[in-house]
Amino acid sequence: MNLSRTRYSLAPWARIAGLAVCALLTLGPVIWTISTSLRTPAESFDLPPKIIPTDPTMESYRGVFDQIDVWLLALNSTLVTALIAVGQMITAGLAGYAFARLEFRFKKPLFGLVLATMMVPLQVTIVPVFLVLKSMGLTDTLLGLIIPAFPTAFGTFLMRQYFLGMPKDLGEAAMLDGCGPWRIFRSVYAPLAAPGLAIVGVLAFNYHWNEFFRPLILETSGQNYTLPLGLVSLQGNLGTGSISVVLAGVVLSMIPAVVVFVVGQRPLREGITSAGVNR
Amino acid sequence: MTNTQIPAVRLKQPAAPPAAPPRPSARDRGTRLLATLFLAPTIVGIVVFTVVPIAGSVVLSLFHWNVIDDPSFAGAANYGEVFGDSTVLVSFRNTLVFMVFAVALQLLIALALALAVNGRMPVWLRSVFRSAFFFPLVLSAASISVVMKYLFNQDFGMVNWLLGLVGIAPVPWLTSENAAMATVILVYVWQQFGFSFLLFVGGLNNIPKEIHEAASLDGATGLRKHLNITLPLLSPTLLVASVVGIINALQVFEQPYVLTNGGPGDATRTVVMVIYESAFEQLRFGEASAVGVLLFVLIMAVTALQFRLSRRFVHYQ
Repeated sequence: MNLSRTRYSLAPWARIAGLAVCALLTLGPVIWTISTSLRTPAESFDLPPKIIPTDPTMESYRGVFDQIDVWLLALNSTLVTALIAVGQMITAGLAGYAFARLEFRFKKPLFGLVLATMMVPLQVTIVPVFLVLKSMGLTDTLLGLIIPAFPTAFGTFLMRQYFLGMPKDLGEAAMLDGCGPWRIFRSVYAPLAAPGLAIVGVLAFNYHWNEFFRPLILETSGQNYTLPLGLVSLQGNLGTGSISVVLAGVVLSMIPAVVVFVVGQRPLREGITSAGVNR
Repeated sequence: MTNTQIPAVRLKQPAAPPAAPPRPSARDRGTRLLATLFLAPTIVGIVVFTVVPIAGSVVLSLFHWNVIDDPSFAGAANYGEVFGDSTVLVSFRNTLVFMVFAVALQLLIALALALAVNGRMPVWLRSVFRSAFFFPLVLSAASISVVMKYLFNQDFGMVNWLLGLVGIAPVPWLTSENAAMATVILVYVWQQFGFSFLLFVGGLNNIPKEIHEAASLDGATGLRKHLNITLPLLSPTLLVASVVGIINALQVFEQPYVLTNGGPGDATRTVVMVIYESAFEQLRFGEASAVGVLLFVLIMAVTALQFRLSRRFVHYQ
């Protein structure tokens, strides 16, 4: 009796300790990245590694700015990511509203088309997509990354659900007041859509800021590289010569993603889970 | 209470013969125009960048084409080449091995952690754990693979140094055939388990507390309670997590590309790497498309099979 009691009162502590170890393993590589980036390139091989650098230096950060044009990479990444996020919010907001609140012919088959394309992985269609962009003269341009990412099947689906969740009476009341379909959208429903649009925007940011496959294929000249592409090629060029310089670049590229993680964690979590549930 | 009832009844009666909208046809035309404008960007985009490319993949897979010369009709030759090409066959085998281990590991870790986090603890601590497990998801798979490549380096990597502390000889994480695949799986799972974890945490929150209480009253405890009660109730979430996990795992690219570039030999070359290499390095667009079509069919088949199996095992409340 007594024994089993002890076992059960110990269990929560064991469980929490286990979780703490797992959390440390999860964050360990990130902590190592940050602490090593604060050491000099020469020191960065030293083992045992000092997790808390005794004399932090920004030398590696200066190094990464010398090696690659960080500003240009960051500008490219920001342009691509911001335009895609805004573009997706617009296209998904409009199309989602049409599917939720407007009546028109072929509504069902068109929505079915949108749903079906949610299942098609980009990797499978990349060769023809590349050829389509080539015929438009958009390979090796930032626009070639941006424009194909505007339509979003999942975002459209999410916004449709979002608009369906709003009370129908609002629109009907506005209609009785003499509002046309545009006014009903513009003045009644659109202002309520912000939280749904935030999910679409944050998801788009998270995906495209970190995107590697499409930039690798589309962008051949260095001036069009985005951050992940620039960092992978920097690592290839430097080999293992100056770890801390490459890691400084990784830390810099993480900053916006971490900011979004902190500020937009709720929409991000909702988006990621509903992206899973609705597939 | 009675006060609110009276106007409600009153409102309903004049609403019975609704005043017809002045000109219904004009309004309908307006609605249709608006719908067309609202849908155009999405539908045109989806047709140009998804529907046409799917058809294009199938058509291209029937041609030999290197972009420079004119395409020549090849019939099923590309598919014949694919099945005769040992690199392609190995890449399919690698991808399936990767998928099985990565998804199983990802689901197990995520489920264990979700159950543990769901137990009793201070609210702030729970949110710290939840944030920590979900954090790798917001990082770039490519950059994090660069980091991991250093950590798993045989000579100066932190992982081997730590293992050395407990007397384990240096492991050739990235340079021996078996270890390389295991490393790619570990790095992938490290980044991805947070996704299944979030799904499971959501699924566990949806299980009514009363069910657990009733089970405890009946004497079910610990592991038994989880096996007999939690898991069946969680099975819809398990299905979603495994379907999405499998679809994502079949498309793995960044980790093997950065960590091992498919090596040593072809040990970690995946299907998407073969698509990338044959199209954009060797300019064999026809063969690359054939591999793409096969991957697409594989993804569809796995998904269909999974839904069929699940009809037997998934319990909906």
